Amino acid sequence: MSAIEKIFTSAPGRAVASKAGLKDPPQLRRGRTWPQGAIVLADLNGSTVGRETLVLLGRSFDSPIIDSEDGDAPGYGAKIGAIVVDATTLTTIADLEKMRAVLRPAVRALEGSGRVVILARPAAGDWEQRSVTRALDGINRTVAKELRKGATSTLLYVDHDATPSDLLSTMGFALQGRSAFVDGQTWQVSAADTNVNQLHDTPLDGRTIVVTGAARGIGAAIARSLAQAGAHILAIDIPPAGEALAEVANEIGGTALQLDITADDAGTKIADHIAFRGLKLYGIVHNAGITRDKMLVNTDKARWDSVLDVNLAAQMRINEVLLARRGDGGIEDGGRIIGVASTSGLAGNKGQTNYAASKAGVAGLVQAMAPDLADRAITVNAVAPGFIETEMTGKIPFVQREIFRRSNSLSQGGQPIDVAETIGYFLDPASQGVNGQVVRVCGQNLVGA
Amino acid sequence: MTHNAVIVGGNRIPFTKAGGRYADASNHDLLTAALDGLVARFGLSGQRLGEVAGGAVLKHPRDFNLTREAVLSSALSPDTPACDLQQACGTSLETTVYIANKIALGQIESGIACGVDSASDAPITVSDGLKKALLKASRARSVGERAKAFAAIRPRHLAPLAPGVAEPRTGLSMGEHQALTTEAWGVTREEQDEIAAASHHNLAAAWDDGFFDDLVTPYLGVARDTILRPDTSVEKLARLKPAFGGPEGTMTAGNSTALSDGAASVFLASESYARENKLPMLARVVDAEVAAVDHPGGADLLLGPVAAAGRLLERQGLTLDDFALIEIHEAFASTVAATLKAWNDEDFCRARGLSGPIGTFDHSKLNVAGSSLAAGHPFAATGARIVPTLAKLLHAKGPGSRGLISMCAAGGQGIVAIVEAV
Repeated sequence: MSAIEKIFTSAPGRAVASKAGLKDPPQLRRGRTWPQGAIVLADLNGSTVGRETLVLLGRSFDSPIIDSEDGDAPGYGAKIGAIVVDATTLTTIADLEKMRAVLRPAVRALEGSGRVVILARPAAGDWEQRSVTRALDGINRTVAKELRKGATSTLLYVDHDATPSDLLSTMGFALQGRSAFVDGQTWQVSAADTNVNQLHDTPLDGRTIVVTGAARGIGAAIARSLAQAGAHILAIDIPPAGEALAEVANEIGGTALQLDITADDAGTKIADHIAFRGLKLYGIVHNAGITRDKMLVNTDKARWDSVLDVNLAAQMRINEVLLARRGDGGIEDGGRIIGVASTSGLAGNKGQTNYAASKAGVAGLVQAMAPDLADRAITVNAVAPGFIETEMTGKIPFVQREIFRRSNSLSQGGQPIDVAETIGYFLDPASQGVNGQVVRVCGQNLVGA
Repeated sequence: MTHNAVIVGGNRIPFTKAGGRYADASNHDLLTAALDGLVARFGLSGQRLGEVAGGAVLKHPRDFNLTREAVLSSALSPDTPACDLQQACGTSLETTVYIANKIALGQIESGIACGVDSASDAPITVSDGLKKALLKASRARSVGERAKAFAAIRPRHLAPLAPGVAEPRTGLSMGEHQALTTEAWGVTREEQDEIAAASHHNLAAAWDDGFFDDLVTPYLGVARDTILRPDTSVEKLARLKPAFGGPEGTMTAGNSTALSDGAASVFLASESYARENKLPMLARVVDAEVAAVDHPGGADLLLGPVAAAGRLLERQGLTLDDFALIEIHEAFASTVAATLKAWNDEDFCRARGLSGPIGTFDHSKLNVAGSSLAAGHPFAATGARIVPTLAKLLHAKGPGSRGLISMCAAGGQGIVAIVEAV
């Protein structure tokens, strides 16, 4: 810890920092926990999917308070835990006023780590309708920035044919503490014949999942979290990381495979291992990644190649093998492929051209693969972490680190578990309707789209 | 009732020179690390195995239950029993045989054979005089008696005792014994340095090929054997000064094993257990034999395994031609050279009670992935280093490929085993 960090984190230091406006960030609600206060449902224009999904989730809900037109905002009288705004039938600019009218009292009454969840349809219809779809995105992002005490806002574009079963896992994720560090994000849920009628605490029971880069940091958190959700983990990392890898594997009752994912036969080795141990591969989380940061003017071919190979090309090669080896150690139909992108890739980041290329490439890859694998019911999604508190980011100089941490709507860095929870949500068999999505786990970082 | 005992796989930690990166780790720590890597590799966390047998040559009195304590510290189920065995440098080949025999007899279905040694953490004990005084004081019933007991302590009693490196009956160190053998068998400096260089080159090549990716788990930040010198050569080794055998001696630090720290383990199971649990089957343990020679009576201390090899081959009706690979533990390069000469020496073999010479073989089959000169030799860990390495090599050659392991051990002893790829 540097001298300045010691002063900053000392009691007097914190008092001064607090006076200067750097308050202690809010504690976020995490895990499979629901909001404490009431869930309010505002089904505008008689929409039904939100209501039916909440019923499936077994959550009771209250009616919304609607803001009056005379300017005196009525209150809820008590804190509310979440507001679900079903705007799936909103089509006109005039209708947007209804959003304001339900959100104004609700935002004011929202508890710490509360939730705003807006349901809308993907862009379609006439010019005005499409414009309204995008307007909702603007509302979501802004509400997310205005919310306080760790409350977040999420906009979900729900396909016309998507059923409450299809939406169940996503709505559950958005409302529960698992989405603590997902804020101001928008993604889509499609129709997928999801045949579920409740959330499970251990949705991955009996399923085998490969996690690369599992020895430490975010990868270790992913492995632990998925194991807790019932999965058997094949934990992979490079041979020199074997000691930490073995520790993780033993802790979660998984298996360690020391493997360099950039080796030509890496995919074959994974499939061979799975097949030999008599397992069926349900999913793979391509978490392994490296950085070789330099300004572009100082980036040589070696730095470029190694990052692109580890972070992007390797997972593409492995996917090809695992998809080809159907029923023989490859990914089973109905399986899951998860990429790990980065806000650096989506927004760009000084000194990380190679890394940004690889991580944006991951986002592109999952979007490209998703439709092609739909006939095998394999979904392909990615998370894009922002600033996450790990051993690696702990090495960033304190002042810079404190700036990174606070430059998002939740005024703090995310935890590895936050990335893991989002991945667990993608992996849930109930998330069949979530495909080709890139969800940022960044606390609504101020940079990037 | 007999069952096939198969080698499922193994795990060791990289070996280091004594006083190196593991200097502050105990035998318990090293052995636990080797076991945990094995558990992780085969997904055995929380599982109960039939038995774990392990041992150490340099052992602290507090470690009377070393292997059981390491099991308790490991990720294995605490319901897994363990025992300590020790046969000097042959220890973890002996534990392999012990576990394989129990599996063959149907007494257990699975087990781990292992061994560990830390020359860094060698047990230092107190002198007999000090020990007697302390014990007497602890039995004392009065302050006066206690004071009297302490009064018997003399300054010379206070010097700590390092563990003995000499053979108790001859007073000669192992190197000094081997120097006698080197001379008696006319082993040249060149022969020894060639064996040493080949050991380093073979081990380095195996590391570079990723051969050890599923045999070794890093420990304390050490990812590769640290004694290994990939760029050594006969020329470089030729420049070293003699370490044993006087000024004209041919044995150097380069062609003798270094004092080392490390631990290794082998996972064994019955064929049916391996099938049920979808575990790899690299090779089965076919047979083993131990032998000893009268080194106080003048026999070559480290040629004990020759008789074991001869008797084992005769019992199995096999000759050296029947083996795809042969591992002769490199206590010293000259041990390997003398063993090869002894195998082909009719008089020597007959004197050992064999019906004739064991014979010769193509040396390209010998220690193909390196051996103790390059890897290091934590005494009790070496057998469990060799067994999985050989099993993996044989498995790659195809079912039926046989391998022979010969290990010398202190006290004029030797242990030899045959494994066959499945």
